[in-house]
Amino acid sequence: MQMPPPDPAILGRRAEIVARLRAALPGVPVIDDPAETRAYECDALTAYACPPLCVVLPGSTAEVAAALRICHGECVPVVPRGAGTSLAGGSLPTADSVVIGLARMTRTLEISAEDRFIRVEAGRTNLSVTQEVEPLGLFYAPDPSSQLACAIGGNIAMNSGGAHCLKYGVTTNNLLGVTMVLMDGTVVEIGHPSGEALGLDLLAAVCGAEGQLGIVTEATLRLVPRPEGARPVLIAFDRSETAGDCVSAIIRAGLVPVAIEFMDRPCIEACEAFARADYPLCEALLIVEAEGSEAEIADQLARIRAVAETFQPLEIREARDAAEAARIWLGRKSAFGAMGQIGDYICLDGTIPVSELGPVLARIAELAEGYGLRVANVFHAGDGNMHPLILFDANSADGLSRAEALGADILRLCVERGGCLTGEHGVGVEKRDLMDAQFTRDDLEAQMRVKDAFDPRWLLNPAKVFPLEVSAGRRAA
Amino acid sequence: MTTPEPRDEADLSEAIRSARGPLCIGGGFTRGFANGGARLSLARLSGIALHEPGALTLVARAGTPMAEVERTLAEAGQRLPFEPLDLRALLGTSGEPTLGGAIATGASGPRRVLVGGARDFVLGARFVDGTGMVVRSGGRVMKNVTGLDLARLLAGSHGTLGVLTEIALKVLPAPETARTLRLSGLDTAAACAALAAALSAPLEVSGAAFDAEGGIARLRLEGFAASVEERAARLAERLRPWGAAEEDPDTDWAAIRDVRDFAGRPGDVWRLSLRPSEAPAILARAGGAQRLDWGGARAWLLLPEGTDLRGWLGAAGARAVLVRAAPDTLHALGRFPPEAPAVAHLSAALRERFDPRGLLNPGLMAAA
Repeated sequence: MQMPPPDPAILGRRAEIVARLRAALPGVPVIDDPAETRAYECDALTAYACPPLCVVLPGSTAEVAAALRICHGECVPVVPRGAGTSLAGGSLPTADSVVIGLARMTRTLEISAEDRFIRVEAGRTNLSVTQEVEPLGLFYAPDPSSQLACAIGGNIAMNSGGAHCLKYGVTTNNLLGVTMVLMDGTVVEIGHPSGEALGLDLLAAVCGAEGQLGIVTEATLRLVPRPEGARPVLIAFDRSETAGDCVSAIIRAGLVPVAIEFMDRPCIEACEAFARADYPLCEALLIVEAEGSEAEIADQLARIRAVAETFQPLEIREARDAAEAARIWLGRKSAFGAMGQIGDYICLDGTIPVSELGPVLARIAELAEGYGLRVANVFHAGDGNMHPLILFDANSADGLSRAEALGADILRLCVERGGCLTGEHGVGVEKRDLMDAQFTRDDLEAQMRVKDAFDPRWLLNPAKVFPLEVSAGRRAA
Repeated sequence: MTTPEPRDEADLSEAIRSARGPLCIGGGFTRGFANGGARLSLARLSGIALHEPGALTLVARAGTPMAEVERTLAEAGQRLPFEPLDLRALLGTSGEPTLGGAIATGASGPRRVLVGGARDFVLGARFVDGTGMVVRSGGRVMKNVTGLDLARLLAGSHGTLGVLTEIALKVLPAPETARTLRLSGLDTAAACAALAAALSAPLEVSGAAFDAEGGIARLRLEGFAASVEERAARLAERLRPWGAAEEDPDTDWAAIRDVRDFAGRPGDVWRLSLRPSEAPAILARAGGAQRLDWGGARAWLLLPEGTDLRGWLGAAGARAVLVRAAPDTLHALGRFPPEAPAVAHLSAALRERFDPRGLLNPGLMAAA
């Protein structure tokens, strides 16, 4: 993976830039000690690392604006950072960039039970939002698996999903407004608690823009009533295709379960060895969750069971109580940890139409065999968001590069089958050079025009999302 | 005025490239927009390209009549979740509402309060921008964060950034049954409180409307029959502080959606986008005949002709859209409220890049 060479002029002015930031931001941590900037050299995509010029940790929107005004004036690139949990390298610094971290911005600004929203600073963790509004019987629906650690600002940048988006949607469907600072320090308020855009829907462009348009410092989030309860059913199959067909049939029957999760045999075996969830050893396993009142759950699970039985499953195991529900979820929730026990892995998140599940899994197995690598699949089946986990040996000389090459082949396969490169992790640097597989030059040109409008000097989150060759003219300007 | 009717994207691109002046873009031209420019009709860019019920996905060309979309979905027991508005009666227009028109105008109905609006169901789109460039954004899968989300940005842009040619949507199952509960004799403050109480409970209320002239609040539940029955009983219990809720099997939610109560009545029609908790105070000042939807987050107002509601309301007027008025009133006040300077600057910068010649519905969303 290539990054543009750092601008020597900026590197040479490092002391001056740091001094200007310190002078403008009294009391704000401005970190330039190389021992400390190393803590910011990467995010959760640890394969790539580069310490930044310096790190600023503002405590308010005004301080973010002050920092950006200086960087803009000095023509210094800026990398926004939430909690640093991006799996796509969304907050990977460059040596000539200033990291602006939101970790200190964690306040709640407003809660309205009547209008069902919360306004928070963007450094807040996802889970802490739901925890705060739990006493009101409400919750914030998007629940990426990193929700204990990941920041709302990062969720907005990546338009994060989670296991429950079949019913509740992803971040963009649950975001009502933002306060955002543009690269030149202008503070803009976008959106409204009603959720309705009266002019251009700029919020739609900002959500998922991976920090290319501005730094979101505050967010208004839609809250929804917490369902009374939820219980899963586990369904085991002897073929992946049958499991895929069963997912389609459940949906065609008029059911919208809150989650439909899929695991294949390699994943089931790893989870069994790790968590002993007592899963049946089979080719494919679905976990389908129903929610509502007790009577509604019972009714929905009965309907799901009736559909599933027409596919001759090996086993249907319905959770009768909370303990059994937890046991069914145990294996799925420990899937990533279980794979980590076996070896190093990279996790992809390409999405496919559900109808393509069978053929895509078969082709992934063939591709993996060609590379001599093992792949396990967990999958948000209801929305087609795959998570192939490619196992490799990081100690071997070409381990990572072979795993990445297989990953690229799998993502191209997803696009060929009508899907996309990334369903919830984002493009970042990881999938930047694959964008050509999904988009034409004109498609990318149109996206870059949006960035032109928000960040005309192309200083925000450099060298992400757009292939370097495609963005070269703009970055040089 | 010539009416170019492109048959495909290439035609459309050519029509835009060769345009000499402003275009008035439409599908069925049912929404009453006119700017004096040549009409560019999408009616022939029509047809459903894909409907995959098991994946809750529909892909159709922008000019596809809404009726055709709804019929196709209904055959599979599905529907468009956002309940698109049909404003022909209110506006006194004719023509065939199209899918592209609904998405381009963000025409979301009562169910938005539960499931989201038109833009929330857009999975991807193809469009031609003001330079004639053909662009694809998003895709046909439900989770997709690959690149900037232009499809959702185009939704609700009223054609001012590009002309939609094809749209991929998430659809949902049609429910087995629907029931409506009614509360009578409420004022707006009580109604907003009752609607908020209903929407804060895990009862999946899919419509929350108030007729301020009649003092009647209506709440809709949809789903499997047994579930709806159970939730209706619990909803009535929750609404007890505001009176005894009655079943109202005759409620016409399409009429509520389309504000048909104001059709044929003289006056200008305004739409306000509000925080429900602030709605009663603002609406008390606004006056006129009022209908509320979305639990009070949307208000429809029928006011004397020529009323400058924005001037009258001050800050709250910044959320007022003029939906129906005489041409000179529309011209004097503008349909859409002026935006805050920093936002207006960004919107203008986007339009300048997507439509540098100012061809696409100029003057509709912002002053030309």
